[in-house]
Amino acid sequence: MRSNNIILETAIKVILFIIVLFSVYIFFAGHYYPGGGFIGGLMTAGALVLLLIAYDIKTVSMILPFNYRIMTGIGLLFAIGTSAGAIFFNVPFLTHAFGHIDLPILGEISLHTATIFDLGVYLVVVGVSMTIIQTIGEDE
Amino acid sequence: MNANIPSEVLPILLILIGTIFSLLSAIGLVRLPDVYTRSHAASKSTTLGVLFILVGTFLFFLLEEHYFSIRLFLGIFFVFLTAPVAAHVLVRSAYRSNVALAEESVQDDLKDFIHTDSKKTKDAEVNNTD
Repeated sequence: MRSNNIILETAIKVILFIIVLFSVYIFFAGHYYPGGGFIGGLMTAGALVLLLIAYDIKTVSMILPFNYRIMTGIGLLFAIGTSAGAIFFNVPFLTHAFGHIDLPILGEISLHTATIFDLGVYLVVVGVSMTIIQTIGEDE
Repeated sequence: MNANIPSEVLPILLILIGTIFSLLSAIGLVRLPDVYTRSHAASKSTTLGVLFILVGTFLFFLLEEHYFSIRLFLGIFFVFLTAPVAAHVLVRSAYRSNVALAEESVQDDLKDFIHTDSKKTKDAEVNNTD
């Protein structure tokens, strides 16, 4: 049973997009500015918690049908994959590479494999915090 | 120090006004009698104070360093949007858990709509807002 607080729901609908966008910005800015995978993941989890405050668990899992345990596993696979990929190029484990690549629309951008490692951290943080919160929340 | 007077005076003035508003709201928080009037003082003037401080900081970086800080801009928008909603939710849950109004209050229009409900739905509401 949930109350009909329309002000909270409408405000959260607007705020949610700002928080998710800001967390994505924080995630991508992590190489040159304060930020990165951990704080971006926590902020995304915070946005999902706001959604959980406005609606109930069933509605949220209907809107976002993720299994957060699998998300954690995929994040760990990303981290291990980018780390272990270095072995195939005869360099030590966890050696990262970067290069300037010309993309059709975006022009020349510098891509770094550490971003994929960071994406793994991001997915693990979102997955673990959402698993903890949902497990506590579901307990009747 | 920079001799650029007008670009420094405006942020200083805004930040000063913001701190004065924050102080006034803190005084209101101590002086006012019940939850509802305190929340009135705390939400409105603190929001205004924080907005003044943020706008002052934003203008300082814009005029002095020529740096358009999108995060401060977003922060201004965000505080403006969230602080009243937070105050609304707090006061709503306080009213639904039967927190008494101050003795000087003369009007309680919501009483007829909420407290005359059956006991069962009210308990469910209280549990839910907890």
